[in-house]
Amino acid sequence: MAVAARGLSKSFGHLKAVDGIDLDVPEGEIFAILGPNGAGKTTLMRMLATLIVPDGGTATILGRDLAQDPAGVRSQIALTGQFASLDEDLTGRENLILLARLWGFSRAGSKARAAELLDAFDLADAATRQVKDYSGGMRRRLDIAASLIVTPGVLFLDEPTTGLDPTARQKVWRLIRQLAESGVTILLTTQYLEEADQLARRIAVIDHGRKIAEGTSRELKAEVGAGFLSVALADPSRLDAAAALLADSLGHEVNRNAEDTHLSVMVDTPAAANAALSALIEAGFEVTDFEMGAPSLEEVFFALTGRPADDTEGDAP
Amino acid sequence: MTKSFTRVERPTPPGPLSNALTFGWRAVLKFKHVPEQLFDLVMTPIMFTLLFTFVFGGALAGSTGNYLQYLLPGILVQTVLFNAVYSGMGLSTDLSKGLFDRFRSLPIWSLAPFAGLIVGDFLRHLIAGGIILGIGLALGYRADSGLIGVVGAFLVLLAVGFGFGWCFIVLGLLVRTPTTVMTLGFTVLFPLVFASNVMVDPATMPGWLEAFVRANPVTWIVTAVRGLMDGTVTAGAVGLALLAPAVLALILMPLSLRLYRRS
Repeated sequence: MAVAARGLSKSFGHLKAVDGIDLDVPEGEIFAILGPNGAGKTTLMRMLATLIVPDGGTATILGRDLAQDPAGVRSQIALTGQFASLDEDLTGRENLILLARLWGFSRAGSKARAAELLDAFDLADAATRQVKDYSGGMRRRLDIAASLIVTPGVLFLDEPTTGLDPTARQKVWRLIRQLAESGVTILLTTQYLEEADQLARRIAVIDHGRKIAEGTSRELKAEVGAGFLSVALADPSRLDAAAALLADSLGHEVNRNAEDTHLSVMVDTPAAANAALSALIEAGFEVTDFEMGAPSLEEVFFALTGRPADDTEGDAP
Repeated sequence: MTKSFTRVERPTPPGPLSNALTFGWRAVLKFKHVPEQLFDLVMTPIMFTLLFTFVFGGALAGSTGNYLQYLLPGILVQTVLFNAVYSGMGLSTDLSKGLFDRFRSLPIWSLAPFAGLIVGDFLRHLIAGGIILGIGLALGYRADSGLIGVVGAFLVLLAVGFGFGWCFIVLGLLVRTPTTVMTLGFTVLFPLVFASNVMVDPATMPGWLEAFVRANPVTWIVTAVRGLMDGTVTAGAVGLALLAPAVLALILMPLSLRLYRRS
């Protein structure tokens, strides 16, 4: 495991920002922590990056213990925080050289590494401009580049595309995928369901400091159920009979589409859909086509928390 | 973007000195990109020097020339003390912008960012002090002790900047808004600087105030710097001047480190 956390907790005053979270992030994967503002995502990430000492729980990063060996952890990780952690007065190039020097590159080596990264992140043209003159997307790219001076074992990205326009966001997404392909484990937080769905192999949903669900995007959707099963029959004249059977099996109202070719019905679990399909076939209906329409992650979040994902309830640090 | 990412391994970890020098380099770059900051640093002391010398000088010391001779070493001390506040503001700005999050997640000597701040401070003190001294010389100030005395005075000034600098590093770590650091800093510094012998000889002050002035570490520092530049210094005066910075550094350095690691 790249990251293994057990029962991580952190309170600020009487606010339990993170309340006993377990996390297992396999090596080489993109893992997303999904939750609304104030859910505890940033606090969780800052604990894993050795910036905040947890009140309780343990964690290892690539086998190094967070509490016993914070220096060892730091040698394996890089963090791109929510707010660009760059020196705005310096140029993009100088920011990268500064960090390369801190990592131990020689003068010439630092310049070469900075040039490589600026090139790879499409920032070569802006290399000698002060960061305060960069656009939001450029800043974010430089910030990620600054985390890659030395290829980290685990890269933490805290809300990597918050505040970016759609084009800049696509560019950052592409970068993140390329990084994962090169073998870097990426743990990212996001409040965008689409982002988690697009990028991450596994997603942990957190709310009020607790993990309320975890799995692949598909698993999460399945766990919630409430997808739609759509069925087409070889003999449309038997649709009424099939509808009666499905309604009986699944306990939901069955709709016929306008062209009288398909039936669709809400299902609670994939297993229930399976059973209903089997029942149809056993009863001698010839099913020519069926489709399980998964719910969107928005529906998932709503089902898990009982409120929409963008409903913010105060802001935790 | 078609480039792939090849793995880059970490070079041999650098020593603490290398880290500190890198942060010092950052401070130098700041001078290159934000030369305006020098304006903030020297405008107040230049105004003080000119106003006090020409408005009060004749009345206080018989002639503006005599008064400048008395005032200039004091203004140098004032400059260094006020500069230290700006350094705390800089730290507070860095902290509020998340830059230190990155530094703190790097496997480097944890005191290195502070060492960088101190290198930057030293440069600021030397540049600002040099400019004030230059203006003083142009107005007719003469250091009776010559170059050696001036070098000695600047070394004391650097020690003072170092010691008092930790006050504002602690403040910068505690208070995350740069303007609050400035307000708090000057609230403490103004009475210390004015109720001292920077501007006038305390002999004419009421007894209670004179007692305060004589016990004020700023007075000890000014006495030593003035003595070094006039050639009338004693070893005891220099020792007394270094006492406050030494005590401050001894107490506040470990405290800063704890605050930094905890925050």
